[in-house]
Amino acid sequence: MTEYILELKNMTKRFSGVEVLHEVSFSLRPGEVHALLGENGAGKSTLVKVMTGVHQPDKGEIHLDGKRVSFSDTRESRQAGIAAIYQELSLFPDLDVAENIFVGRQPVTTGGRIDWRKLYADAGKLLESLGVHLDLKHKARSLSIAQQQMVEIARAFSINARILIMDEPTSSLTLNEVADLFRLVRRLREEGTAIVFISHRLEELFELADRVTIMRDGSYVDTRSISDVTRDDLIRLMVGRTITDLFPKQDVKAGEVVLKVENLARAGTFHDVSFELQRGEILGMAGLVGAGRTNVARAIFGVEPATAGSIQIEGRQVAITSPQQAIRLGLAYVPEDRQLHGLIPAMPITSNISLPTLFKYAKHGWLQDKTERKAAYGAALQMEVRANNMWQLTRELSGGNQQKIVLSKWLSTNPRILILDEPTRGIDVGTKAAVHALMSKLAAEGMAILMISSELPEILGMSDRVLVMREGHITGHFSRAEATQEKIISAATQAVTLGSAQ
Amino acid sequence: MQNSTSATPPVRSYLSNLVWTLVRFREAGISIFILLLMFVVTLRAPSFLTTDNFNDILLNISILVIVALAQTMVIITHGIDLSVSSMIGLVAMMVAFVVKQNPEMPVIFAVLLGMALGSVLGSFNGLIITRGNVPPIIATLGTLSIYRGLVFFYSQGTWINSFELPDNFKMLSKGTPLGLPNMVIIAVLVALVVYYFLNHTRTGRDIYAVGTNPDAAPFAGIRKDRIIFLVYLLSGILAGLAAVLWVSRFESAQTNTASGFELQTVAASVVGGVSISGGVGTVPGVLLGALLLGIIQNSLTLIRISPFWQLAAQGLLILIAVISDKWILTRVERTNK
Amino acid sequence: MISSSSASDTKSVSLISENAPKSSFLSRFLRWEWMLVGLIFIVVIVNTQLTPYFLDARNLSRTSSDFMEIGLMMLPMVFIIITGNIDLSVASNMGMSASFMGLLHNMGVNIWVAAAAALLLGTLGGMLNGYLISRVKLPALVVTLGTYAFYRGLAYGFLGDQAARGYPEAFTYFGQGKVFQTLVPFSVALFLFMAVIFGLVLHRTSFGRYLFSIGNNENATNYSGVPVAKIKFIIYTLSGFMASLAGLVLAARFGSTRPDNGTGLELAVITAAVLGGVDINGGKGSMLGAGLSLLLIGLMRFGMGLMNIQGQVQGIAIGLLLILSILIPSMVRSLSSAGKNINWRSAFSAFLFLLVFVLFFVFFFWSRAAVIANI
Repeated sequence: MTEYILELKNMTKRFSGVEVLHEVSFSLRPGEVHALLGENGAGKSTLVKVMTGVHQPDKGEIHLDGKRVSFSDTRESRQAGIAAIYQELSLFPDLDVAENIFVGRQPVTTGGRIDWRKLYADAGKLLESLGVHLDLKHKARSLSIAQQQMVEIARAFSINARILIMDEPTSSLTLNEVADLFRLVRRLREEGTAIVFISHRLEELFELADRVTIMRDGSYVDTRSISDVTRDDLIRLMVGRTITDLFPKQDVKAGEVVLKVENLARAGTFHDVSFELQRGEILGMAGLVGAGRTNVARAIFGVEPATAGSIQIEGRQVAITSPQQAIRLGLAYVPEDRQLHGLIPAMPITSNISLPTLFKYAKHGWLQDKTERKAAYGAALQMEVRANNMWQLTRELSGGNQQKIVLSKWLSTNPRILILDEPTRGIDVGTKAAVHALMSKLAAEGMAILMISSELPEILGMSDRVLVMREGHITGHFSRAEATQEKIISAATQAVTLGSAQ
Repeated sequence: MQNSTSATPPVRSYLSNLVWTLVRFREAGISIFILLLMFVVTLRAPSFLTTDNFNDILLNISILVIVALAQTMVIITHGIDLSVSSMIGLVAMMVAFVVKQNPEMPVIFAVLLGMALGSVLGSFNGLIITRGNVPPIIATLGTLSIYRGLVFFYSQGTWINSFELPDNFKMLSKGTPLGLPNMVIIAVLVALVVYYFLNHTRTGRDIYAVGTNPDAAPFAGIRKDRIIFLVYLLSGILAGLAAVLWVSRFESAQTNTASGFELQTVAASVVGGVSISGGVGTVPGVLLGALLLGIIQNSLTLIRISPFWQLAAQGLLILIAVISDKWILTRVERTNK
Repeated sequence: MISSSSASDTKSVSLISENAPKSSFLSRFLRWEWMLVGLIFIVVIVNTQLTPYFLDARNLSRTSSDFMEIGLMMLPMVFIIITGNIDLSVASNMGMSASFMGLLHNMGVNIWVAAAAALLLGTLGGMLNGYLISRVKLPALVVTLGTYAFYRGLAYGFLGDQAARGYPEAFTYFGQGKVFQTLVPFSVALFLFMAVIFGLVLHRTSFGRYLFSIGNNENATNYSGVPVAKIKFIIYTLSGFMASLAGLVLAARFGSTRPDNGTGLELAVITAAVLGGVDINGGKGSMLGAGLSLLLIGLMRFGMGLMNIQGQVQGIAIGLLLILSILIPSMVRSLSSAGKNINWRSAFSAFLFLLVFVLFFVFFFWSRAAVIANI
């Protein structure tokens, strides 16, 4: 009998010759919440995939309940009682809630006929016992992200998972939803389930976790009890060095108003949004996910145009109906989802950077390859992109480098107004600092920056002014001096009691 | 402890109910449209509303129903089977040859033979799609040509005529021991079986799962490749059944038998609410879609519109169906946000 | 979905270099085209062994002309498939335009006016597709399936069971005539001319780059300020135009028009494109490859024709070629990555399937033998 329910010993995994995991060991006790911490690229996701059988290790052993096991696919790990919930949820959008919980394992009567009555009854009982209220017949497609996560957890619960792995579960949740999630997780812990919790939000770890394992660059660094570490300890262990200044903000005197938005609205999405943006300032937009900030950005950029209200660029009233037009007006938008909206993953770096400005390198439509590449190279070099060469496909790069490519793409359009949507999501601390430094430099040079962010430290550290949105409306407006975490959260969650959240 | 998932505003559940009705709306919508159409046609041609005519319509769509149901299962998995017409053609010719040479053979053997031959053709499709990673549209485009070419190669250009076929075989489709023609009964049986399969068995539900989120299916323990292989296999089997009925009904097997039929199967499915991106589709919807197609075909003849406009009407119907689908969807999404 | 981990930023990867990677880039690009060249070579060798008529210039000239309709429609099809879409209505559009011209001609309208009207109609047909796909945002497969039926239906509606005949010689030159005194048919010259233009646009202009970009990631391309909807509208309109042009060439070649002209030709067009290396999922392809595959298919059909193999039976070879062109590379890839581990269960099931197919063909030949013998 061993005290550990799961043990990984000397896990090594290589992808195309590059060692992504190097002799990593990990041990999990039943009934504990064990956090897995590390920068992007540290190997957390790969370790989890080895645990669930998605990848097979090149070297190393897995022990479950003291016995050696190996999983060749996720079915086997599932059967062994290991369930995983990823950021990309694996629900079935066209099936309803109850079916999603029991997909592949619907209760049957004799003869193989599905027992629908039992399925709905069991699903109902399960959700009720978890304190989740959902209409069982709703298709998963129509649920919010938080609700979808609840269904996933219910599913894990129903297969009596003894080990539950959660990969960045809170990145899209409101504070209230996070509280609900934590409640469920604690409940599972009480029942003896072991939970592996991956998150880069240190506050969450301190609230929920029992122990934390830190990884760095594919290697194991340390495992500590949460009560024995401080925030700085964790950052130091994660990064291997101290980050002196994550938010290098310069003081810039704001210039004239370049962007003025009045009573902007889009039916069913946001209403009555008004604000001004001046040259040289960084306007932070805070709020919970789903508050409508990205929708406002998309309206200003012409992707999903507004249906009411006005936009003025440098004093002139304009109706922006396409990104093409927005770019011509001097706008640039770095989207929230890099893979989906920011990059062309299967094309080389050059093509990615030059895409919005391709006409510059086309004499009467005829492409001038060399000129294009030179310009793109210059932009990439300035951003200190780390890659093999300009022909490399962007999908092969790390998150931080990908973000640099997206930024250099947009900066080469010479925008006067830069909209950044979650600019440092999913990138390592080192690149984060670099991006912030870049923002400061650009602002000092006169760029007007609208920064949408769900990371309060980032909002507080980088903004000259802060706007807060909630359910499609602006609910708060603070200057840098006035803004505090409490005020922002209060405005972001207005009319909803905080309860156990903070 | 207060209501936890207060993130669900009351507005959302009302709208979700609306969506629910609108999804049902599809079948209700087609039904209403059918009734209207029937009303209009009867005004112009009273002979429409007779039992003989309805018999005719049912006969005409029986084969379509069988193959459209198979096509539906394929489309639900986000695939398509363009080769059904050629599968029917090839099996029809082969079965006709065998029946001609062995007129004493019990008819049931012919049926089983047809289904067996169809299963081979369908499994070839399934194999190259699942193991060969050939996209369904390419794979079935290829087999559409290959199987049709095999018909020519097999028959060397000849065909089987009515007098070369035994009577009991011809009665397979037309005989009415139970009041309705056999073929209609067979179609009804197939519909019932497919309905049961899709709604009350795990494998049937797996088909929907694979269609709506193929990447997540393995995580739920579903063998995606097996499911996809299965739907193409079933497509072949049902095409084989349809082939036997085709020969029986039209009392002939020609080199161009069933040519172009695949379009009708896709039309019936799409009109019946099956989504081309997978995961959505019901048996009643497809039945109604086939019925609509049959009524249109029938009424155009009754109103003396040249049969040459049939094809145009079918095409227009497909366009109308998808446009209205999209319209409903955008309406719903806009109010849901 | 979830991307696999990649190397961390700060460690092993250095600052980006301006230099191109070593020649691997070149060999990767041309590999598919070389395969096609090899196949063409094989086809030529085999056929010249079988018959002396194969490399006869006059025969080739006469044959190649009937392939140019497919070629003309293939050019915009390459554009469309690269953007990740499809157009199933091309052959129907072709038939509709030709029938319209035939109808007008039968009614006494001047042939050139009728031809212009046909071109207009075909282009409008393409525009309808373009509008529904780019503005209304309907899936291309279903829309063009609908117009595939609708336009063919219109073709039948225009001409019914008549045919249109008696086109003036000035017109039929475009289908039957040769360029100056050479043996090169006019239609071939037309095709080559258009092919060069389309190829240059695809590979050397920003418009072409946009097509690849859209096929790879339409959303990101839209966000980058590329007018995606307008581009999609243009390529479908172009497809309609080329289809009607092909219709005119066909009518000129036959000297008459029937409403069922070109039925099923869309499959040949798509086959030529996909066989030419254009990835059906979008984002990849080359005009050179498409052209080579057209040549390959044309030579194969020509050779089979000389051996008196019927058109429909030729379809077996073409269909097989289409499937194998995707199947074989895929199998090679999976076999090489599986390495030395032989999965006994899948080997067994492979054997089983092989057995089933062999039995099928045994039955095939046995069951037809008796009937054929009696003819």
